[in-house]
Amino acid sequence: MTPILDVKNLYKNYGSVEVLKDINVSIDPGDFLVLVGPSGCGKSTLLNCIAGLEPITGGAISIDGRDMTDVSPKDRDIAMVFQSYALYPTMSVAKNITFGMKVRGVDAQTQKTKLADVAQQLQIEPLLNRRPGQLSGGQRQRVAMGRALVRDPKLFLFDEPLSNLDAKLRVEMRTEIKRLHHDLGASMVYVTHDQIEAMTLASKIVVMKGGVIQQMGTPSQIYNRPENLFVADFMGSPAMNLIPAKAVKNGKGMRIEIERPEGGPLILNDAANPDLPENVILGLRPEDIAEAGFRAGKQVQTAHCLVEIVEPAGADTYVMSDLGGKKVTARFHAETKAEPGATLEFAFDLGKVSYFAPNTGQRLN
Amino acid sequence: MKGASIMSEWLERHIPKLVLAPSFAAILLFVYGFIAWTGWVSLTRSRLLPKYDIVGFIQYDRLFQSPRWDTALNNLYVFGGLFIVISMALGLLLAILLDQKIRTEGVLRTIYLYPMAMSLIVTGTAWKWILNPGLGVEHIIRGWGFESFRFDWLVNPKFAIYTVVIAGVWQASGFVMALFLAGLRSVDEEIIKAAQVDGIPTARIYSAIIIPSMAPIFLSAFIVLMHLAIKSFDLVIALTGGGPGYATDLPATYMYALAFSRGDIGQAASSAMVMMAVVFAIVVPYLYSELRTRNE
Amino acid sequence: MSDFTVATQAIGSRRQGNVKRIALRWLLYVLLCLFALYYLLPLFVMITTSLKSLEEIRTGSLVALPREITFDAWSTAWSSACTGIQCEGLRPFFWNSILIAVPAVVISTVLGALNGYVIAQWRFRGANMIFSLMLFGSFIPFQVVILPMARVLGMMGLAGTIPGLIFVHVVYGIGFTTLFFRNYYVTIPHELVKAAKVDGAGFFRIFWSIFLPLSLPIIVVTVIWQFTQIWNDFLFGISFSQAGTQPVTVALNNIVNSTTGVKAYNVDMAAAIIAALPTLLVYVVAGKYFIRGLTAGSVKG
Repeated sequence: MTPILDVKNLYKNYGSVEVLKDINVSIDPGDFLVLVGPSGCGKSTLLNCIAGLEPITGGAISIDGRDMTDVSPKDRDIAMVFQSYALYPTMSVAKNITFGMKVRGVDAQTQKTKLADVAQQLQIEPLLNRRPGQLSGGQRQRVAMGRALVRDPKLFLFDEPLSNLDAKLRVEMRTEIKRLHHDLGASMVYVTHDQIEAMTLASKIVVMKGGVIQQMGTPSQIYNRPENLFVADFMGSPAMNLIPAKAVKNGKGMRIEIERPEGGPLILNDAANPDLPENVILGLRPEDIAEAGFRAGKQVQTAHCLVEIVEPAGADTYVMSDLGGKKVTARFHAETKAEPGATLEFAFDLGKVSYFAPNTGQRLN
Repeated sequence: MKGASIMSEWLERHIPKLVLAPSFAAILLFVYGFIAWTGWVSLTRSRLLPKYDIVGFIQYDRLFQSPRWDTALNNLYVFGGLFIVISMALGLLLAILLDQKIRTEGVLRTIYLYPMAMSLIVTGTAWKWILNPGLGVEHIIRGWGFESFRFDWLVNPKFAIYTVVIAGVWQASGFVMALFLAGLRSVDEEIIKAAQVDGIPTARIYSAIIIPSMAPIFLSAFIVLMHLAIKSFDLVIALTGGGPGYATDLPATYMYALAFSRGDIGQAASSAMVMMAVVFAIVVPYLYSELRTRNE
Repeated sequence: MSDFTVATQAIGSRRQGNVKRIALRWLLYVLLCLFALYYLLPLFVMITTSLKSLEEIRTGSLVALPREITFDAWSTAWSSACTGIQCEGLRPFFWNSILIAVPAVVISTVLGALNGYVIAQWRFRGANMIFSLMLFGSFIPFQVVILPMARVLGMMGLAGTIPGLIFVHVVYGIGFTTLFFRNYYVTIPHELVKAAKVDGAGFFRIFWSIFLPLSLPIIVVTVIWQFTQIWNDFLFGISFSQAGTQPVTVALNNIVNSTTGVKAYNVDMAAAIIAALPTLLVYVVAGKYFIRGLTAGSVKG
């Protein structure tokens, strides 16, 4: 199958500053690729390069097998939705949606049919004669989507389309985009700094930092097997606990020792990962540390820990303890009796554990 | 076919530069090229016709030995200093008075600012008539019974330059008022509310909080007024014609007189370069800092 | 009883405060009106003088209203006052000013709009440098360019012509018009251009369909600014014109300073008002935009 989008060895410099370094990404038709990372990581620049809005310094971009490296945006068969929506302020909603077709010389009847289709699909029929200035944020968002949909392009590009909406609307529109992707079976590239958006929408995630791809994979790969400390820390909320620890050979497996303020080191035994170096950083997500008795599994181990802070969050209660010099967060059930100052038995699920090398930050297991 | 599409691609990529190019070329030639030309000629023995053999700074020597240029520079200090200080003071006062939730603010603002819409030639003509000793202000006040009252500044070589100040302030102070008023209105209202809650008296709020926060506007007003003062030409021509004698000459009128009535291109060029240098010294750092803060 | 006295005292002091506040308020309005009189006086004197006969001017007071209104001075100023050897009044020069100002305003505004659009929305390397150079170009004292300009106009065969003056005003006006449009367009998000590019529109299409319809306010500001500048110009007018092509400001100065015959103050004043009328009219009709141009032209960046 020809990849719908293929980015090869892409470099992008602004003057002497390298903003994108050796980017290689490829997606199949129907994929939903999310580029995620903190601000300034180069994800929006990469999207602009794919759109042809920014010239690239090196490498190649092809869309549906056609080399697009020097092709102007209008000939790339793409559509784009912007963070600020970028609706043409002096044109009505209908004109906004049909502008592209008008520029391309599509006949009026086709324009009308397509406009009607899209308006119906997005439920914006009553808004067609209004100006963008008269619309709410959510309505503008829909119009911006309409302008992209009407193009029926090979590739949809989204540049942080939801970040200007309030929290509730954001969740609604997220669902809407997911539904559209499902209904249309279209290929999409979506930029966001919100890791929850990335997890919920993507069929494939690219995590970026400093112009370099940190990890590429399915949401589950990214979440469960982060390649390095950055990805481990960036994806997931509350963030993964990253605890400095010592690993000592112990028969066939390893004994993991974690320093704590009082009562000697906390000891865990990991039989599944026998080849760890002496110093490691142990990564466990809050949901993989539970109250003892509420988590079962082959590799669940328990240990007594001093409870320092208790944060009820409705569905769950987050309990914090000082381990390895870090505030470690555990996700307890809502009815827990945990109280600050008490010592409780915590259950650690080593089946979900990640190990990282402290010096390189790379995954070890 | 292939060639045509490459051509159109090239055009598409470079069209912004092509659009900007003619204007930029014009500015390069007619501003910077001409400054260079004037600078060059100021270093030659040019008289009625320009010569292009550089001989050094003789024109500048002549210029600074000329008593008329000396007067012009002195006048620029007196006129510029008074014009700037009085316009700023008056402008600030008017702005503060107008800022007291005045019901007729719109009308008053219109009245204070209208002189700025008029040509300095018109302003000069009007004040020339008002200040003329025969039938103007002096005449009125004598008519009120003060027979010995004298107000002949317009024709008195010692005081004539002050009439230029009067007319200049009348023309420009309303504009300064508008600048300051905009500045007063842009001060964060929450700070003012906080000060009011603290029980700080209004006068103190102005002197300690609002006015210091308008420092950039003082600078803008200063730059604009300075610039107006150095370029002042029309006002002097219309009001006093540079007279009596050359008592009210400014560098701008001096330059013009030397260039067009006396046919001394070398002197005109060197005086223009001095004006240029003064403006350069004031405006460049200002524009530089403004552009830099903008770009950051 | 004592409560009562305290209460009345409180009311009394509050009343005193009120009286003080009202007095201050009155003082404020009196001050503001005095200033208004100061600014209005010259205009008042110009108008009344222009409506008086010479006889009345000589015998009456400067600030008195005319006893008998006559428009003779106005018709003289318009059609028969002497500007040197010629005695055709201001009329031909008034038309000269229009013939100079209208094309110069249109051309410099169009160029400024395109330049501002390029600099603000199609940034390329060096664009900021170009902008700085253009901006500074509008701040130079024009004395530094009139000598070479006189020669270049001569070489182009435009010396003393109206096209020559139009050319000069366009060249030295584009710095400001570019500044106005650049500062306006820079506030429009770049994503708009990106969206339009993806939609397939090119440079001029985007300008025409998206930016121009947004630009009415800044066009008004620019046109007013340029018109006022060009109409009120004197230096270029006197330097680059000849007998038949002088703008109205130069002609006004010639009328006022012509030494032939009796000094006709009423004619001078009528001529001054006529010369000021177009820009005053613009100010009265569109003062808001006029002020915006002034402040935009001074608070730079």
